[in-house]
Amino acid sequence: MRVLKELCRQPAAVFGLVIVLAVVSAAIAAPWLAPYEPDNQMFDGLTLEGAPMPPGDQFALGTDTLGRDLLSRLLYGARTSLIIGLVANGIAVAIGLFVGVTAGYMRGWVGGLLMRFTDLMMAFPALLLAIVLAAILKPSLWIVAMVIALVNWVQVARIVYTETRGLVERDFIMAERALGAGNARIVLLHVLPHLVPTAIVWGTLGIATTVLLEATLSFLGIGVQPPQPSWGNIIFESQSYFQAAPWLVFFPGAVILLTALAFNLVGDALRDILDPTQRGRG
Amino acid sequence: MATLLAKRLVQSCLILLGVAAITFVLLYALPADPARMLAGRSATAQTVENIRRELGLDQPLLSQFLHYLGNLVQGDLGRSYAQKTEVATLIAARLPATLTLMAAGIFVEVLLGLTFGIVAALNRGGAIDRIVMASAFVGVSAPQFVVALLLLYVFAATLGWFPMSGYGTAAHVVLPAMTLGILGAGWYARMARSAMIDVLNQDFIRTARAKGLSGRRVVLRHALPNAILPIVAMIGIDIGQFMGGVVVVEAVYGWPGIGQLAWQAIQQVDIPIIMGVTLTSAFAIIVGNLVADLIAPMIDPRIRSH
Repeated sequence: MRVLKELCRQPAAVFGLVIVLAVVSAAIAAPWLAPYEPDNQMFDGLTLEGAPMPPGDQFALGTDTLGRDLLSRLLYGARTSLIIGLVANGIAVAIGLFVGVTAGYMRGWVGGLLMRFTDLMMAFPALLLAIVLAAILKPSLWIVAMVIALVNWVQVARIVYTETRGLVERDFIMAERALGAGNARIVLLHVLPHLVPTAIVWGTLGIATTVLLEATLSFLGIGVQPPQPSWGNIIFESQSYFQAAPWLVFFPGAVILLTALAFNLVGDALRDILDPTQRGRG
Repeated sequence: MATLLAKRLVQSCLILLGVAAITFVLLYALPADPARMLAGRSATAQTVENIRRELGLDQPLLSQFLHYLGNLVQGDLGRSYAQKTEVATLIAARLPATLTLMAAGIFVEVLLGLTFGIVAALNRGGAIDRIVMASAFVGVSAPQFVVALLLLYVFAATLGWFPMSGYGTAAHVVLPAMTLGILGAGWYARMARSAMIDVLNQDFIRTARAKGLSGRRVVLRHALPNAILPIVAMIGIDIGQFMGGVVVVEAVYGWPGIGQLAWQAIQQVDIPIIMGVTLTSAFAIIVGNLVADLIAPMIDPRIRSH
């Protein structure tokens, strides 16, 4: 509650929060909000020459190259993007937490090994790895989410590791140990709760990264496959046509940008609130 | 210093070895079958089998990997399945284009980022600061391919100032470099701003001001050199980011660099090329970090004593 109150004091964060809420409700309410079926290739959706319709009265944001309503596709695309954002990022944060806490708490050779592996992943060209994996595995919504999770956990793991190491040194953990608490109890009841703010911040910031990554993969044609609409593949399907029908690129592009921006704004504000040491920096 | 360098070099080699191992296992364990891809749709099982034997794909994974490593140590990245050429030759032919693009992109982002970061820091809390930081945030959140298409639409298709795609003249570099630069500049601006604010609050800056030095001199000669360290470190890390990002930018602008080479190879499951490009990128990331670590003590003498 305190967090929400402080969040509302920052205009940028409020702006972000409003957009996040708008995107989430649009995704949930897509079937009721969408004026047409997203996959319906309408007769009157193309001009007499067979070109897409520009934004107008009948189709608010115009139609795509197959005569489908762009607004409806964008609304349903929000579902795809958010599902991938939540799933991929949830998995990434979970892996990151697990690796970071284990390495930070256990230290020794297990910790060393885990962190060396994390260093190794840092040297991996992440986008390239994601593209290779997505291209070789048969692309589907879940594969795309997995691939993104696989490249995104690294940063979380490093931050959680550093925090856990700091926590383990603190007196209250030592007191718990002296009282005879087991490792599981210490980790679950005393270390993890302190990591919740970090998880929330990176969970939010990570959604922005994930939405961008999904859009990029779909734009290359190796993400979510048409006809299932995703913001990236809407652009992918119409990019060769973008000089004649620029709205087919710029509306989805603007939606991707706004969504990523909103999650970044909220995540950044959350970091300021939850981690006072970072306040006022960068 | 020498022992530190030696230690870092050994570490780097181990990381490279790890990247090679993971990529190798991923590529060969995945369901794609390069032999079938090469043979084509109508090939008989026998033909596919022959190709597989020819490529050495029938060997156990470990012996294939050791074979690959043995060649790698000698600088041999193997032969492309589809193009029948040495992978090292293919990459070497494409590298200049990518490096040109990277240099131009980093130039744009550092120039924009530093300028805006410094201006924002000097106007801390003011309207200019807020506008600059808001734009930096937008830059950080913008999808690369959308910016690429937007620039193409405005400056190539509509205004006709720059060519749509291709490679060769200075005009061809501008739009791809701007795409990479505009997005990266957001990070640099944020970082330059916070580093400058830290430095500007210190006593020696007040002393310099009190001595009666001009504002410009204080900022450029006294504050900036002290704020530059995180930015240098960032350029090192950035080189790695670029290597991934070029795939998208090169695809949109038809830029004949290693990103395009990788993209074609990925579609043909041409594993030796994918391996080669991944290793080249990992190598660039490691070298970038190493150079950043080595340059830091040259810029900041305080690090040297540690």
